Amino acid sequence: MSDLALDRAAAVPSVAQERVETPFRRFVAEFAESKLALLGLGVFVVIALTAIFAPWLAPQNPYDLGQLDIMDGRMEPGTVGGAGFTFWLGTDDQGRDMLSGIMYGLRISLSVGAGSALIACFIGASLGLLAAYAGGRTDSLIMRLVDLQLSFPAILAALMILAFLGKGILNVVIALVLVEWAYYARTVRGTALVERRREYIEAAHCLALPTRRILFRHLLPNCMPPLIVVATMQVARAIALEATLSFLGLGVPITEPSLGLLIANGYEYMLSGKYWISFYPGIALLITIVSINLVGDQLRDVLNPRLRK
Amino acid sequence: MSVYMLRRLLQAVAVVFAMSLIVFVGVYAIGDPVEILISPDADQIERERAIAALGLDLPLWEQYFVFLSKALQGDLGRSFVFNEPALRLILQRMPATLELAFGATIMALVIGLPLGLYAGLRPDSPVSRTIMAGSILGFSLPTFWVGLMLIMVFAVQLGWLPSTGRGPTREFLGMQWSFLTWDGLRHLLLPAINLSLFKISLVIRLTRAGVRETILMDFVKFARAKGLSPNRVIFVHVFKNILIPVVTVVGLELGSTIAFSVVTESVFAWPGMGKLIIDSINVLDRPVIVAYLMIIVMMFIIINLVVDLTYSVLDPRVRLEAKGT
Repeated sequence: MSDLALDRAAAVPSVAQERVETPFRRFVAEFAESKLALLGLGVFVVIALTAIFAPWLAPQNPYDLGQLDIMDGRMEPGTVGGAGFTFWLGTDDQGRDMLSGIMYGLRISLSVGAGSALIACFIGASLGLLAAYAGGRTDSLIMRLVDLQLSFPAILAALMILAFLGKGILNVVIALVLVEWAYYARTVRGTALVERRREYIEAAHCLALPTRRILFRHLLPNCMPPLIVVATMQVARAIALEATLSFLGLGVPITEPSLGLLIANGYEYMLSGKYWISFYPGIALLITIVSINLVGDQLRDVLNPRLRK
Repeated sequence: MSVYMLRRLLQAVAVVFAMSLIVFVGVYAIGDPVEILISPDADQIERERAIAALGLDLPLWEQYFVFLSKALQGDLGRSFVFNEPALRLILQRMPATLELAFGATIMALVIGLPLGLYAGLRPDSPVSRTIMAGSILGFSLPTFWVGLMLIMVFAVQLGWLPSTGRGPTREFLGMQWSFLTWDGLRHLLLPAINLSLFKISLVIRLTRAGVRETILMDFVKFARAKGLSPNRVIFVHVFKNILIPVVTVVGLELGSTIAFSVVTESVFAWPGMGKLIIDSINVLDRPVIVAYLMIIVMMFIIINLVVDLTYSVLDPRVRLEAKGT
């Protein structure tokens, strides 16, 4: 039902304003049915705000070596350091406050995760639309590439790309995009193949609209629901993958530690019982991923027309 | 049928060549092999001689053919670090990785099947809800971090199991295996659990879905109506039917388990292929990187090929569809 409303809204932009309102409100109400998903959303918003405002919230700038005191190294959580404030989550080997480190690390993890997911979404969705719309050889070429990409595990493909390109934030983003675009392409193609046979596309054809306009203004908006779900899940996957790569020493450089690199730094101290250097960044990573997955799970239930009665 | 098989085989060969080209260009053309292969102390004459000896003065496409013809003879270069053939290095470490991957797969079935079965039979009980929530956690938890936590709890704090490394090995079928000794098994346990975490969740979900679907089928109702004991109905009639998809998926996952063991091996300092590739990437030991990538690519192509061919035998629709396009 809301599908139909969306279709009409897309085909007749002039009356879109008031018609779109109702499905959106229904969507919000349906999403709010799951308290767990609301909790996930709330937690994620807090995490995102923490990451954005880290320079103002963190007790210390972990990148400013002038603020670090090697004498504060490997302090247990709760000890008061030389600078006079409490290290609530302890310090690492260089006397860096773990809480501040995590807040800054979240910035890197979230921006790499969300950035790569967005770029991959743009590339993947465009190729998926093209494949569905053009059909024939273009379609089979793109889908062969997708099959090839999906037949290799993400970690392996990313490893391969980083072995060629070397470390660095940009290279990690490139690797994540190359690994992830195929999911978007497959999802969008699947939906677009159904949508392109609908009347509103036929109508757009009859109006002799340019192909690009039909693809992005008519077809794409109607492929959005599954795309949003995949994008949400892929952000979580990208964050986890980036952390893994950084942990393996192939991801972000040591000067800009993401959560994965913070965990890797604590690895050698783990065996001597200094758990907090690895433990708390891991908890932060876990909470981030779980909260995104909870939101994604509920989005899938709400946006999936098959589950709707 | 044979046409489909032939076409699929040709495709696989084409993919192998395409991947070899990508790997070659990626490793040999993007970086400068001269700088890495030749000692920086060498003078100009030595440099040129080395370049000629390594064939680096040839045009790139000729270099590729040299690389390819050597690769076809099983010669993927010598490791700079170990000064041994790269292929042999990797094959030496393969048993450790295979052992880990199989251990994880067995663990996933042993833990995942009973939990999934329970969750499927009593979907509304609190225990089932806990199991399902746990499986979401299994999907979300980053493998490497869980590995660290396992070491912290079981090795550092409780001191029950060794933290890292592989235990003593014993020869079997010409290869070194550690699961044949007690201490080797103790070393294997934590890494195998770590690697199986994701798969346990997968098996739980598949089993639960399978049970809930199968239990409504007519043959289950009939078995009950016949007066068979509930245990027999569940463990013989239901279980047999859910096992097929579970085993298929777990078998398919074996390849990605071997790929993912890169992470677990790094955490537990497990001397397998995955640890070797990470170390090699860090010291830019290019022949080993190339050899690893080629071997793993071959492995995936073979797994995919076998799966596709098996499906085409089992499900005629696949062949017909391929004929149609």
